[in-house]
Amino acid sequence: MTAQMTSTPQRSSNLATAEQHGFRPHSDGAFVPVQTRSERFRSVNVDGFAPVTGREHEWKYSPVAVFADLTSGDLDGSRIEVESTIREPQDGADAPGVDVSWIGRDDARIGRAGVPEERAAANAWSSFGEALLVTVTGEDEKTVVVTRHGLGAAPRAAHTVIEAAPNSRGLVVLRGTGDARLSENVEIVVGEGASLTVVALQEWSDDAVHLASHFARLGRDAFLKHIVVSLGGKVVRVNPSTHLAEQGSDVEALGLYFADAGQHLEQQVFVHHDAPHTRSRVTYKGALQGDAARSVWVGDVLIGNAATGTDSYEQNRNLVLTDGTRADSVPNLEIETGDIVGAGHASATGRFDDEQLFYLMARGIPEGEARRLVVRGFLTEIIQKIGSPELEERLNAALEAELQGS
Amino acid sequence: MSVLEIKNLHVNVQTDQGVREILRGVDLVINEGEIHAVMGPNGSGKSTLAYTIAGHPKYKVIEGEILLDGENVLDMTVDERARAGLFLAMQYPVEIPGVTVTNFLRTAKTAIDGSAPSVRTWVKDVRQSMSNLRMDSNFAERNVNEGFSGGEKKRNEILQLELLKPRFAVLDETDSGLDVDALKVVSEGVNRAKTNTGLGILLITHYTRILRYIHPDFVHVFVGGRIAEQGGPELADRLEEEGYDRFLEPAAK
Repeated sequence: MTAQMTSTPQRSSNLATAEQHGFRPHSDGAFVPVQTRSERFRSVNVDGFAPVTGREHEWKYSPVAVFADLTSGDLDGSRIEVESTIREPQDGADAPGVDVSWIGRDDARIGRAGVPEERAAANAWSSFGEALLVTVTGEDEKTVVVTRHGLGAAPRAAHTVIEAAPNSRGLVVLRGTGDARLSENVEIVVGEGASLTVVALQEWSDDAVHLASHFARLGRDAFLKHIVVSLGGKVVRVNPSTHLAEQGSDVEALGLYFADAGQHLEQQVFVHHDAPHTRSRVTYKGALQGDAARSVWVGDVLIGNAATGTDSYEQNRNLVLTDGTRADSVPNLEIETGDIVGAGHASATGRFDDEQLFYLMARGIPEGEARRLVVRGFLTEIIQKIGSPELEERLNAALEAELQGS
Repeated sequence: MSVLEIKNLHVNVQTDQGVREILRGVDLVINEGEIHAVMGPNGSGKSTLAYTIAGHPKYKVIEGEILLDGENVLDMTVDERARAGLFLAMQYPVEIPGVTVTNFLRTAKTAIDGSAPSVRTWVKDVRQSMSNLRMDSNFAERNVNEGFSGGEKKRNEILQLELLKPRFAVLDETDSGLDVDALKVVSEGVNRAKTNTGLGILLITHYTRILRYIHPDFVHVFVGGRIAEQGGPELADRLEEEGYDRFLEPAAK
């Protein structure tokens, strides 16, 4: 595990003193790393980015050779077949609820939540033909599940806009199953006072590669619960960025992943506190088992100058079940104002606790079942926070299938 | 009638200072329905005996036998021992985050019995046992031992003892850290389990205090990894008055 902490105000501290203390510039001298998250290059145009080498800060944990076609090749930007199931509230039938439609790439509703900061996302943005628009309106709870199934083995691009109207409430599940080589952008626009839950559920087949950037922009007093669940796929990288753009906005970013042998599951989570009295909670938990099972969690939190009264906490926990796995966990915190309520981070990667195993086995529970109980218990904290009994049940079943496969 | 026999048991443990022999030839026979108190000073190997019976991997048996009705316990895995009828009430029960007491108890009961308990009687049994142990009903939905006080953890151990109905239970310093009210509640639970199932009990303790509430048939004094003296309940009274000094002095000289 590596952990870094950067504090922007002290960034250019006097080098002379630092050198006296033995801190010297890197031997590769000419390389100047991007110091702050807010200064990263961003563009919707793929040609604005240099070809990916795998040494870039945003790619250095990823197996870039496995998906060179997604970062530099041509992508098929045609419509992706989706199946959407909408469950609207029983009463209040006159409330419109949820609408799913396609819009052209020049539509004004595209490009409001964020701009790609890496080449795969920019490639997808440059390539998509139409965007899927999911709009949530009305104050009653409603659910829509959008499933993408079997996208084939050719590289594709997709763009989705999820918009929650002011004061609306809803749960949107974006689910992937079957084959895929997909690079996509998902924009999430949460209006004033709205409360939206977005679940990105990756249940791809074993060979699938999926790179996703989610950009969320939260209006005044808006709440977003964003959940990334990655279980299936060869390489799955879902990077959610949340811009707490207006006063009182609040994000709870949750993640759950289970990496099996040979699987690479990655998430780079970014929260930008950019207005007063904003709040964020980031909690990602993962389990790893099997040879070359790999997980990456990078958690960046930037508390900007305007974000007085910020309350922020991010944490990542990994449970290592077997030898031969690797979990990278990198929390970063940048603070540009001192006038905040709190900013904390935590990261822990630990082996399976043999004392827990002994305790359960001493009550007659066979080893395999005891292990499953402990892992399920470890991950269940995230599942319980989803707030949809139906989805919780489905996820528990999916997790059970992962555990049985062990 | 069931019998648990410990014969010439020698046990090593790996420590930072190397391998140490903790048990140096323990002989003990416990019949069903008997209560044996094993008492001794700190570091005498009492807990090692408890963990070795349960099969903790840290403790290596280098000589001797443990037999349950003639079956070799040392050949069994930890879970097999529990299913064969052995139970260890732990001194320091571990937390299992995300696993509720209800789920844990049902899973354990199903494993021990080989089939899931009937829903109606099981829920009633759990409620009754919890109420007997003065455990609030919200315990059932809490995660196993997570955030439990010392007393709550010990009650939770005895709750399992009552519900899993083993043939032999080893209670490893179940009394330590309990106030007198909790001690009474826990002792009542042990006595109730004995009345209900007639199990044999190996009660490991540092203090004589618990013996006011759980009356042993036999008392064994454990010193330096073996039994130094044994007798009836009167031996406990003598220990209460004299302490362990008389056993320790020869070693000190």
